[in-house]
Amino acid sequence: MSAVADADLAARLTGLVDALRSHGVRIGTGETVDAARAVEVLGLADRELLREGLAATLLRGAAQRPVFDAVFDLYFPRRVGAPEGEPGGRDDLRERLAAALADDDAGLMGRLAVEAVDGFGGYGSSPASDGWSSHRTLERLRPQTLLARVRDEVRGRDGGAGFGDRLLEDEIRRRIEEFRRMVAVEARRRVAERRGRDEIARRAVAPTADRVDFLFAGQDRLAELRRSVQPLARKLATRLAARRRRAARGSIDLRRTLRGSLSTGGVPMRPVLRRRRPARPELVLLCDVSGSVSGFSDFTMLLVQALHDQFAKVRVFAFVNRVDEVTGLLVRGAADAEGLGTRIRDEATLTGWHGSSDYGMALGEFAERYADAVGPRTTVFVLGDARTNMGDPNLAAVRELVRRARRVHWLNPEQRSRWGTGDSAAPEYAELVEMHECRNVRQLNALVGRLLPV
Amino acid sequence: MFTSVDDVSARLAETGYLASPAVATTVFLADRLGKPLLVEGPAGVGKTELAKAVAQVAGARLIRLQCYEGVDESRALYEWNHAKQLLRISAGRDESWDETRTDIFGEEFLLPRPLLTAIRGDDPKVLLIDETDKADVEVEGLLLEVLSDFQVTVPELGTVTATRRPFVVLTSNATRELSEALRRRCLFLHIGFPDAELERRIVRLRVPGIDAALAESVVRVVGALRAMDLRKVPSVAETIDWARTLLALGAATLDETVVRDSLGVILKHQDDIQKAAAKLDLDAV
Repeated sequence: MSAVADADLAARLTGLVDALRSHGVRIGTGETVDAARAVEVLGLADRELLREGLAATLLRGAAQRPVFDAVFDLYFPRRVGAPEGEPGGRDDLRERLAAALADDDAGLMGRLAVEAVDGFGGYGSSPASDGWSSHRTLERLRPQTLLARVRDEVRGRDGGAGFGDRLLEDEIRRRIEEFRRMVAVEARRRVAERRGRDEIARRAVAPTADRVDFLFAGQDRLAELRRSVQPLARKLATRLAARRRRAARGSIDLRRTLRGSLSTGGVPMRPVLRRRRPARPELVLLCDVSGSVSGFSDFTMLLVQALHDQFAKVRVFAFVNRVDEVTGLLVRGAADAEGLGTRIRDEATLTGWHGSSDYGMALGEFAERYADAVGPRTTVFVLGDARTNMGDPNLAAVRELVRRARRVHWLNPEQRSRWGTGDSAAPEYAELVEMHECRNVRQLNALVGRLLPV
Repeated sequence: MFTSVDDVSARLAETGYLASPAVATTVFLADRLGKPLLVEGPAGVGKTELAKAVAQVAGARLIRLQCYEGVDESRALYEWNHAKQLLRISAGRDESWDETRTDIFGEEFLLPRPLLTAIRGDDPKVLLIDETDKADVEVEGLLLEVLSDFQVTVPELGTVTATRRPFVVLTSNATRELSEALRRRCLFLHIGFPDAELERRIVRLRVPGIDAALAESVVRVVGALRAMDLRKVPSVAETIDWARTLLALGAATLDETVVRDSLGVILKHQDDIQKAAAKLDLDAV
């Protein structure tokens, strides 16, 4: 390999590493050197081998893989420039796509994605504002409408008999989803060629799931998060146990130390530590489950439920503008996490005359009806964005809550800079209770590990 | 050990382990770069099998350290054979203290445990550290010296350095996050579920005598189950079990009754079985 090519490769590799770092993947210099050695050993002939080799040397966890794949596609693209040849018409492309879907031919689907972006994805005409859009491509091509046609075609081929037939639709749906992903990758690559890779790698690659804002996470991202509840809970339980062990080593017990010192002639050789009474703390969760923050509440409820054996008692209350206990729903709901939110909104009485959230009403009702849930051993977590829809924030109820409970924490899924804007009563509440910004799983993980009582 | 990535795939396949390109590439790199290989992934995708297959290919001895909560230095590294030391002392009552002391801390009284065994000697070895996440954090500290420098320090004997580096495979089910320091010393490989094509080949290799069409339907159904939101999705091991069961039942093709009756082989929770039955349009189970 020539020196120029070597230098280019090194620059490309460090660019890739930089882009990954900007997405929160921690990579040291040692790993980068390893990656370069991997490139040397594997060569550049096979792109997929290169991808796996770099992933093995640079990544430290499976959760980082989606980000890596997207960034890799930008720095080591399959091809450069526009495809050769005249792009076919829309109907022709749909025709060929249907055939590819029916055959489950991933290679052909990839080539069609390239053609599709080239043919239908371009927008703008001036060099400063033009680009390529996957959304536009898919809007024109509408691959999802091919479902019925592809299904009939495959059925016609094997006669539609057999057990596999009932799986067919879902399989085709997954193939179409795969094609959409290919189009997105290709559109990103074309844009990156025009605007510069580094910028696109930073901005246009979706972050890892634990850094997605709860408030902006789509359905699929939330499902991904729900699946991560169990492993996360296991890790938190280990951390809590460690904190509990440390906390058990308390201050010196003077009486027992002196008693022990008698055997050494009154010289205290071994200090005896006061043993803490093993009191498992109680936890109360007060969750806003109105539409705007429901993703956040659902996730946190599931997490706390998964941690329930760490506490003497966990009680969960949900509110929109009225409050109701949902502990029972949650215990049964752990198996079917997907439908949890819907079931809570269906089965619990959460709304009065209107459907928008009202913190003042809900907190007041909680203080009134469930006063016995909160005692000197209870730690209360309030989850919500503190947007009262212009209603009275009812600070007196919060003061009462703070007085009765051991600690009160408020987790707010909104960005700190937005607290107090519009109808947010966050600053008022924050004066009374500790309010923490909790925008994504990463923050929640850190907060829960730190704030949960031991 | 290997000449190319294709060579890895071909030779692993001879032992009955069909490797995906990701697995083959990473094994090849681990061999070339001389780094330990950290394998993560769901249960039953063949993490431990991989180490066994590599050992078989390389004609190496497989040394296995099974981690569990409470595994410690004397189980992982080495231990002094106290009983033998006592015998030695009582056998030589007339000797002076200096003679005895140097004597009883010699090679003869050392009981090497897996990590030390893997480092000593010149024959090729594969060291498998299984379920690393089950061990306590302290053990990870112990592993650091072994994995980065391939040496072990025994205070009475000095430092034992490997003359021939073993091929090291660590497996983890990610019940606990392994420390960053340990991860940094390893190449990382996540073995997920194989794609349909590879899984078909695995089934046909592991269940000889199965009909190609039946293998294909089995893999399709398992693929559909994995796409559902289940508590425990079926792994490759379950696919193979199911294929064996179907073969034993003498089923030539999949139909509703057969699937309904044997769903318990692949799904281990009653909730999951009911959910899957509903989604697959089976009658009540």
